[in-house]
Amino acid sequence: MQCPKCHAPMHTYNRNGVQIEQCSGCRGIFLDYGELEALTRLENQWSGHQAPPAPPAAPAYPAAPAPAWGAPHGGHGSHHGHHGHKRHKSFGHMLFSS
Amino acid sequence: MTALLPALTAQAKLRAHHTPDCACSPPHGVLADRPDATVARHGQVVAKAHAPGTPEPALTARLAAAAHPALAGTLLAPLTPRPTRLHDRLVTLWPYGAPVDRDDPDAAPWEAAAALLARLHRTPPTVLPYPLPPMRGPEKAARAVARLRAAAPHPAASPVERAWAVLPAWARDEAPHPGPPHLCHGDLHLGQLVRTPADQWLLIDIDDLGTGDPAWDLARPAAWYACGLLLPEEWTRFLNAYRAAGGPAVPADGSDPWPILDVPARALTVQTAALAITKAMAAERALDEVEETFVDACRRMAAVPPDLAPIGTK
Repeated sequence: MQCPKCHAPMHTYNRNGVQIEQCSGCRGIFLDYGELEALTRLENQWSGHQAPPAPPAAPAYPAAPAPAWGAPHGGHGSHHGHHGHKRHKSFGHMLFSS
Repeated sequence: MTALLPALTAQAKLRAHHTPDCACSPPHGVLADRPDATVARHGQVVAKAHAPGTPEPALTARLAAAAHPALAGTLLAPLTPRPTRLHDRLVTLWPYGAPVDRDDPDAAPWEAAAALLARLHRTPPTVLPYPLPPMRGPEKAARAVARLRAAAPHPAASPVERAWAVLPAWARDEAPHPGPPHLCHGDLHLGQLVRTPADQWLLIDIDDLGTGDPAWDLARPAAWYACGLLLPEEWTRFLNAYRAAGGPAVPADGSDPWPILDVPARALTVQTAALAITKAMAAERALDEVEETFVDACRRMAAVPPDLAPIGTK
């Protein structure tokens, strides 16, 4: 299978019986219908809660697309801890020059 | 170079109508003194000596574009319609504008930058009095790679070269851009915006202004985002503002802009990495963490060449 975003090949991993496809390029994760619920159920088994009902099928896309060659985690939601550090280090000089 | 600066400051003073007893407000002084540009300020006037060897007809055409009413409110307008000569350099005079605060990432005017670019890109090049040369984005990327090649060997140079090699010819300045020509800034970064006393942001620095692929102007923020230097929220704010202002570089329907941005963002990542290595070598220091980020991106780029094929599905 190819990544729907960057077209790099996706590899299938099995985590506790749940199939997860991860892109070898952009590291985006593709969850089939029901897989997110399966993960949530597993998580709740650990904490002893019940899984919420399954929402309508929607693949888990990142909020903002990023290229295949982007930094790991680039564009995959808000990783303020990860991004914030380099952002502050780079802002004054890297974002102000050619 | 040494004689240039006092003469340049004198020009700014003269234009600011400085008299021996004038109380013109500080600060005045040197805003930039690089091999490619020397910029001096006196009061509300800024004098810029352009790079040695700048062709006068091209600079005059770019100056006329900045002075044109169609670009009022987009580009800062010069104080004089033609460049003058000073110590073998072409000099232009500008009103002073306040720059973006380098110490406050949260105050960066992403929406204003995007709206200005959208307006520039939407202006038909044919309204201008002189035809503009091509925008110099690809030329500057190629020059950065040439400088890297001319420097001593460096272990980080090889991934940068490999990332450069997989780019199409137009992005390496070896062929004209194949698409329709749009007006482009050619070197957009946060140092290219100033705020007027009327609290209006404008684009400055016309040295690379010209016609070409408008995606190039979005590609530096795109590269910063891809390399993890911009938060996804900041990138999204910039991109959404560009779309809201009718910018033509990316699809208006909100679909994935990366098929359009990929090549120029790669080229600018290569340019940034190449200049970082050259500068680090000149200063006899190691690459810092942020500079390494761009070299790492080059490494990944070489492994995933740009895909010009149609978008596939699962």
